[in-house]
Amino acid sequence: MKRSNLLAIGLALSLVGIWELGVRLMDVPVFILPRPSDIAAVALVKAPLIWPHALATLGEILLGIGLALVTAVPLAVLMFANPGLERGLAPFLVASQAVPVFALAPLLVVWLGYGMSSKVFMAWVIIFFPICISLLSGLKSCDPEFRVLFRLMGASFWQKLRLLYWPWALPQFFAGLRVGVTVATIGAVIGEWVGAQQGLGYLMIQSNARLQTDLVFAAILWLTAMGLGLWIIVGVLEKRTIKWKLK
Amino acid sequence: MLEVCGAGKAYGSQAIFLDFSLKVEPGQFKVLVGPSGCGKSTLFDGLTGVTDLDRGDISWKGKTLANVQDHAAYMQQKDLLLPWFTLIENSLLPAKTGKKNLNGARKMAADLFKRLGLKGFEHHYPGQVSGGMRQRCALVRTLMFQRDLILLDEPLSALDAITRQGLQNLLLMLQSEFKKTILMITHDIEEALLLGDEICLLGPRPMTVVEQFVPRQPKPRRFNHPELIEIRTHVLERLRGDISHEAV
Repeated sequence: MKRSNLLAIGLALSLVGIWELGVRLMDVPVFILPRPSDIAAVALVKAPLIWPHALATLGEILLGIGLALVTAVPLAVLMFANPGLERGLAPFLVASQAVPVFALAPLLVVWLGYGMSSKVFMAWVIIFFPICISLLSGLKSCDPEFRVLFRLMGASFWQKLRLLYWPWALPQFFAGLRVGVTVATIGAVIGEWVGAQQGLGYLMIQSNARLQTDLVFAAILWLTAMGLGLWIIVGVLEKRTIKWKLK
Repeated sequence: MLEVCGAGKAYGSQAIFLDFSLKVEPGQFKVLVGPSGCGKSTLFDGLTGVTDLDRGDISWKGKTLANVQDHAAYMQQKDLLLPWFTLIENSLLPAKTGKKNLNGARKMAADLFKRLGLKGFEHHYPGQVSGGMRQRCALVRTLMFQRDLILLDEPLSALDAITRQGLQNLLLMLQSEFKKTILMITHDIEEALLLGDEICLLGPRPMTVVEQFVPRQPKPRRFNHPELIEIRTHVLERLRGDISHEAV
């Protein structure tokens, strides 16, 4: 195993250890701060209860990611092909991020209902921006000398896009996607807090109200695991796609 | 024949060249030598269509053009191989983008790989081979443009001396075997003398041809001939003179 991995695991274990030890020594009540061992036990024992909620949240996140991909990628390409469009749209894109999305969450529930769509929308709004902007700047970062070469070859825009710009932009696209998938959980959970019938955010609100703090933490644990899992999957996809970087 | 007539280009108040003219006969290997910053790259940018000339005409085979973008292949100091394609895929790019017969192109590329000592490395990525091999692959790609005019922009200046010698012979092959018309710019006078049928010495801004040389030595040349040494000494003295002149 790599040194950096050992370091990460060591750091995580010692943090958990300090937490466990601190709670035990200071005798903190379980409804204020449960011990990591309690949380782990609850996360496993109550897995049948948590599982459907986790699946619901995961579904929202995945749909949000999918929706963001099919909208952000074409828009980035369009803006790249047409700098006038980019200049026109940039203020709106930035404004869409400057508006606190969380403040919109209650409205979204009013507009889109308590079901999945309001959460998917929240996730989409949050993921869209990093994917779109990173892909666009990746496309634009292409070395001008390569552009000259392709022009002399008589390549069409689509050929240049497929053979040159797209592969060139991939590392930055993946960087954006990594950011996107990790923050996607935030969007989905906030959406569920405001109003939902299922999902980990819903479970957290419910447990919190009943002072089942260990269950709240268990839900957070599952969320974290999901975010981490998505991050790893994107990393693997990136390594498979960008093989030339390793060689 | 490539003909540049009365070309002018200025950036702001700085004239790069004012009334620059040049002729390259069909099948000729013409070399422009000049100090760095004299404007030879700007001339190439005009030829390849990267920038528009302020005035002047470019004609190729008797037809006046804005630039020779669709008629020339181009090779420069950087190999410009795409790291995500193998060497053979890189060499096939001009065929893929240029609506050429891909099967014919594959055959031609395979043959060129053999000729240029790249056989066995077709499916390697550019990151896996040496700089000399990458530049040879770039040369294959240049030939795969299948165009009669070749523009060479200091194609060998990033390579070490030994690798460069081998590639100089390959550049000669472009002319002797593939009958290309070649315009090359370089700052290396020895390279110019080894390769060029005609060598134009360029003066600093505004760029002009200050002197021309036509070595009588047949190619392939070796650098121990008195004629070449004499020209080199002369050119180096002139370049030095220009520099000290500029400093005053």
